[in-house]
Amino acid sequence: MKKTARIAAVVSIAALTLAACGERSNDEADDASSTPSASSSAPAPAEQVDFKACMVSDSGGFDDKSFNQTSHDGMENAATNLGVQTGEVESQSDSEYGDNIEALVSQGCNSITTVGFLLGDATLAAAKKHKDVDFSIVDFAYEKAPKNVKGLTFNTNENSFLAGYLAAATSESGTVGTLGGMNIPTVTIFMEGFRQGVEKYNEDEGADVQLLGWDGKSGSFTDDFEDKTKGQAIAEQMIGQGADVVFPVAGPAGLGALQAAKDADVDAIWVDTDGCVSAAEYCDVLLTSVVKAMDVAVEEAIAASLNDEFSNEVYVGTLENGGVSLADLSDDVDSEVADKIEELKEQIISGELEVK
Amino acid sequence: MSPETPEQAPAPEEQATGTDPKPEEAQVERADPRNPVSWLPTLVETAVAIAVALVIGALLVVLSDQDALEALAYLFTYPADFFNAAWDAIWSSYSALVRGSVGSGDRLATTLERAAPLICAGLGVSLAFRAGLFNIGATGQMVFGFLAAGYVGFTWDLPPVLHMLVALVAGVVAGALYGGLVGLLKARTGAHEVITTIMFNYLAASILLYALSKDAFQRPGSDNTQSPPVADSATFGSVADVHLGVVLAFLAAGGVWWLLERSTLGFELRAVGSNPDASRTAGMNVSKVFTVGMLLAGALAGLASTMQVLGDQSSLSPTLAGNIGFDAITVALLGRATPLGTVLAGLLFGALSVGGVAMQASAGTPKELAQVLQALIVLFVAAPALVRGLTRMRSSASGSTVQAKGWGG
Repeated sequence: MKKTARIAAVVSIAALTLAACGERSNDEADDASSTPSASSSAPAPAEQVDFKACMVSDSGGFDDKSFNQTSHDGMENAATNLGVQTGEVESQSDSEYGDNIEALVSQGCNSITTVGFLLGDATLAAAKKHKDVDFSIVDFAYEKAPKNVKGLTFNTNENSFLAGYLAAATSESGTVGTLGGMNIPTVTIFMEGFRQGVEKYNEDEGADVQLLGWDGKSGSFTDDFEDKTKGQAIAEQMIGQGADVVFPVAGPAGLGALQAAKDADVDAIWVDTDGCVSAAEYCDVLLTSVVKAMDVAVEEAIAASLNDEFSNEVYVGTLENGGVSLADLSDDVDSEVADKIEELKEQIISGELEVK
Repeated sequence: MSPETPEQAPAPEEQATGTDPKPEEAQVERADPRNPVSWLPTLVETAVAIAVALVIGALLVVLSDQDALEALAYLFTYPADFFNAAWDAIWSSYSALVRGSVGSGDRLATTLERAAPLICAGLGVSLAFRAGLFNIGATGQMVFGFLAAGYVGFTWDLPPVLHMLVALVAGVVAGALYGGLVGLLKARTGAHEVITTIMFNYLAASILLYALSKDAFQRPGSDNTQSPPVADSATFGSVADVHLGVVLAFLAAGGVWWLLERSTLGFELRAVGSNPDASRTAGMNVSKVFTVGMLLAGALAGLASTMQVLGDQSSLSPTLAGNIGFDAITVALLGRATPLGTVLAGLLFGALSVGGVAMQASAGTPKELAQVLQALIVLFVAAPALVRGLTRMRSSASGSTVQAKGWGG
């Protein structure tokens, strides 16, 4: 009995004492109103609008440090900048894409973005059924899309071309390497652009820089976008064969290639996002990054839907519209080379130089 | 009820190896069929396991809810705020879970369709368990089912019903052969099925990837690793809003029950599962039983694969098998390796999977919560002593656990 009483006493004292701790946000709001300067650091979010933007991932999930995640950033930016509400479903398996899109439609989503070519069929089927919802799909385009479906594609061969030229110009050993996550078009388009960039350098400068890992048809693939050790093993092999610039196109698995480059003190080029931001620990080995601005494209598609400007015209990210780009070049790159890259970029934009 | 739970308590086992006798170790203990209340503890334990999992899940919901976390900071000033926010979060998540999985006829149909492959693959694992084999290879067996059923489905041109039947048989046979190979290896060479099934999963995944890189399995004019969907003539027709596969899954469960409890082969499977040495002494062909057991397990996994390819009309892709092959193991464990149990567990997992999506879509609860619930339920079912301790249930002798006799058996 005595013990119970003691515990009760301690609890009540604790409750009384702790009551002083913590503040309700309402209280804070009252305080803040008297000192408005306190909250000026964060930009005020846009006013809430009655519009719901939603997204379905493929089975990789939104935390894949790759295209699902970048696309998801686009939706979050839309929430901040446009004030739209959001909803999302991460898919666990390929069979559930159709159900997941339906689940979001039943939540009253006005715009639904699906991520990846695997959702192509499910997105098309849902779009035909729900004509009042605008659909956009990342990394996929239909030959004939219904009015409410927009494909979001990216000419990443253009900026990869620049990266290939840069790699060849920077290489001292005369050998560079690239590796992919899987032999699918959305990956090999980078590798093909890179290959043509290396060839362009060889033609222009009469050099003979060799490319490992892609010959235009087949090449080195991790067959896995997750496993860093696979990316590292392939990159180490290439470095062993003399490559002094590596270009992994394998999502998170490519981080292993950056590690290999760091260990061997050679250069690398990152993919999809600016590596100096997303993989900052490897920034010192990065010459540049081949940026694919899926977040921008997704946000633009949501904005178009919000403003009733949505069309089924396929969005193609190019160097010209900024949908694809090279991140800032490393300080180690010669200014001559940097100028040349800029010149090539202008030529691609003007159509003078064509990347296949 | 539950005609399939019965099995005679296994005869006292002779430890043939003798090196490490564990006298207290629980064998596959099942309820006595003649005693109508003997399955009650199992039922109660499972219900308690699910309830405890839901309570822990509720805590996680609260901890992942922004409003509740903000209110937690001033819990002692305005305790009501926190409890209101917490209750809102729990209520919106769990009501979405229930509404999304069984809230309407349409949702129920989705749940049944999602449960069907889990039930089939789970039956395959259960059947192997009963023969003393730990079948981790449902994934690989399903992949072979995908390849065969898919190929027949999208390349051959046959009249509607016939096409579906041929594709169905192709998928089942392919799964059976791939599973049977494991049984044959064990029977002939003693290769352990846990090792071979894991390795065969990798092998199947690589073969699938290779096939999808070839034009024969790709869509015309595309280099993506995605096959065309099967022709409409090869799809399962629908019976009362669900595809035929759901009916097949229940029929398969009935078939497995009949096989295990009423047939000579089933008796042999169970006998070998209980004690291979005694069975061999009694004149049974243990090698044959291992091979046939894995053959049937593979056939059931192959049947599961047809649910996706012919039922949902999904295209083949490297990730099509998903987690079904591994979830099948937990389904079988939760179902105590009995057909009825497997069906119920498969339905529960199907509902959690479909409801999990609804939780994400409407309540913003992370998809991981549904998976955590599944994992917790299995954890508590696998550790009956823990649940008994929590509920202060009388420890009876009839703890129901499933044990594969793989290692050293």
